[in-house]
Amino acid sequence: MARKILRINMTDLSATYEDIPEKWAKWGGRGLTSAIIFDEVEPTCHPLGPNNKLVIAPGWVSGTPAAPSSGRTSFGAKSPLTGTIKESNSGGLSSQKIGKLGIAAIILEGQPKDGKWYSIFIDKDGVKFEDASDLLGKGMEEVDKVMWERYPHKPAVIGIGPVGERKLTNAGISVNDPENNPGRYAGRGGLGAVMGARGVKAIVVDDKGGPGVHIANPELFKQGRRKLTKAIQAHDLTKKNGGLNAYGTDVLMNIINEAGGLPTRNFSSGQFEGAAKISGEMIAEMVEKRKAGQTGHACHPGCIIQCSNVYPGPDGQIIASPVEYETAMALGSNCGIDDLDFVAQMTKYCNDLGMDTIEAGNTIAVAMEGGLLEFGDKEGALALFEEIAKGTPLGRILGQGVEATAKAFGLYRVPTVKGQSMPAYEPRAIKGIGVTYATSTMGADHTSGYTIAPEIAGVGGKVDPMSIEGKAELSLTFQAATAFIDSTGYCLFIAFPILDIPEGWEGMAESVAGVMGMDITGADVVPMGKEILRMERLFNERAGFTKEDDRLPEFMRTEPLPPHNTVWDVPDEVLDEVYAWVHE
Amino acid sequence: MEVDVRVFATLRRYMPEQGIGEALRLDVQDGATLGRICDQLGIPRQEIKIVMQNGLQVDFDTPAEPDARIAYIPAVGGG
Ligand code: SF4
Repeated sequence: MARKILRINMTDLSATYEDIPEKWAKWGGRGLTSAIIFDEVEPTCHPLGPNNKLVIAPGWVSGTPAAPSSGRTSFGAKSPLTGTIKESNSGGLSSQKIGKLGIAAIILEGQPKDGKWYSIFIDKDGVKFEDASDLLGKGMEEVDKVMWERYPHKPAVIGIGPVGERKLTNAGISVNDPENNPGRYAGRGGLGAVMGARGVKAIVVDDKGGPGVHIANPELFKQGRRKLTKAIQAHDLTKKNGGLNAYGTDVLMNIINEAGGLPTRNFSSGQFEGAAKISGEMIAEMVEKRKAGQTGHACHPGCIIQCSNVYPGPDGQIIASPVEYETAMALGSNCGIDDLDFVAQMTKYCNDLGMDTIEAGNTIAVAMEGGLLEFGDKEGALALFEEIAKGTPLGRILGQGVEATAKAFGLYRVPTVKGQSMPAYEPRAIKGIGVTYATSTMGADHTSGYTIAPEIAGVGGKVDPMSIEGKAELSLTFQAATAFIDSTGYCLFIAFPILDIPEGWEGMAESVAGVMGMDITGADVVPMGKEILRMERLFNERAGFTKEDDRLPEFMRTEPLPPHNTVWDVPDEVLDEVYAWVHE
Repeated sequence: MEVDVRVFATLRRYMPEQGIGEALRLDVQDGATLGRICDQLGIPRQEIKIVMQNGLQVDFDTPAEPDARIAYIPAVGGG
């Protein structure tokens, strides 16, 4: 069965299944969300107004049998945080279930005329709109619970918390994990506010009895899947009990600290004396000591890397899942906080209230710099989440993210690009990732071109993090390959093994070719990724962005970062090279 | 001369006495290479992906500096 587009219009509460038009037919995941936004959303529209749309797309291979780590969902819209196009990528239950219903993408558009709130239930028989007034003001923990009680078959629950209902720009979209916890997030870019602006509190997806994903060439698919699985299982980082499986993404905490690139106290140092206490090794130790929680957790069924974790408190009760490196940086080192229990409690708030942990932590860090509280004040930081929960005026400012908060406190040192705050790698110490932050179509985003792999981890080659040489090309190649991987439904972390093991790279492309019946090989990955980047870049240009927006904040050019005491010295011409090809 | 050595993640089993992120103060021969030092500690070179000295990536042939902060790191990544 050919894939369908499910168009849900909230203005007249209608749902239609459309044949996928030729121009979108080859895309999945991010390629598809970006193609739809590019074609259907006015670049100059207000992100919270009637003309923006939220597009939800499983990747090409999501929902196919035994494709490893392939349950990633792309959420796309014009971002209220950055004003750019946005693809925010999440694990959890949604991708495979949407894929198995034969749906290539859900387009959520319009706004209810009556100002009411709805939840939407999707299964093989179609779409039901339900009054969601009983869920208003509820956190995602409760929403997930209610939905599993209300519907059989353990459905996927895509939802927003109170921060999304208030349409604040740090609102994320939650997806439940296999244990029905709300920790998987399309966090970045405020897409929860876009969903809130459609009057939708939750989308519930039950795939029971669905047609499944059509596989055009099962032999080729199986061959690709086998090669990819082998590469993942062979690589030291992604194999069972390897770095990611044993310690999660927070395995990076000590390493980036060692390299002097760990954002600390609102990006004023690259090293944090308390790094070890909030590291992945410490998470593993807590799980072992407290005999509760878990490392090596899977964010969706069928992930064989299993980098996620479930973090237990001193009493053995679960606090939150997952505690990621990004989270431990933003809510930890960047706030001068060296206590994992507090990091986990703040993570729980973020997951329940519906916020991106990176932006939330970095926001508290700027508030600390603004004098609201001292760096390291963990009780004070935790208490701020109650302000956000209650929606007090201060809570609403904090819910808007770093840039709005920095303005409210009159700050100059604001670590954002295009309105989005920087993740866990200091660009003054690691130059390639700075090129990605500056030029990415998404604002400051590490996942959009993860040059950390060769700059720090020695994966996919080895390059000097401090040097500028070749960084424009490196960043572009990573940005393009990432746009492709974000379209597959595979987790971006498959990049580590397949960058080092060529058969894995081939296998990824073959598995996609097998499902889609497309004539592509590994050599098409970067060119197809560039097609996606081109659409995104053109959307941003039409929204008013120019190359002058591809810059890091001024303070990074003048303030040396300890311990290496380097500044951001990548010339503007190098940054301008990255996307020069778009108009060639 | 003396140096501080740290190991992380899966390599911690080779220095089990050290807490997470805790350095081992080690007496080494003047000018010993970083390769020699990990051999001395019994850490197999093939398990080491990154060698750092004072926050900079170096290799096994690099001589240790007096009082250096040395780190041996296995395959890591995430994000
Ligand atoms: S590797 Fe981690 S983030 Fe990726 S799919 Fe698996 S559990 Fe989720």
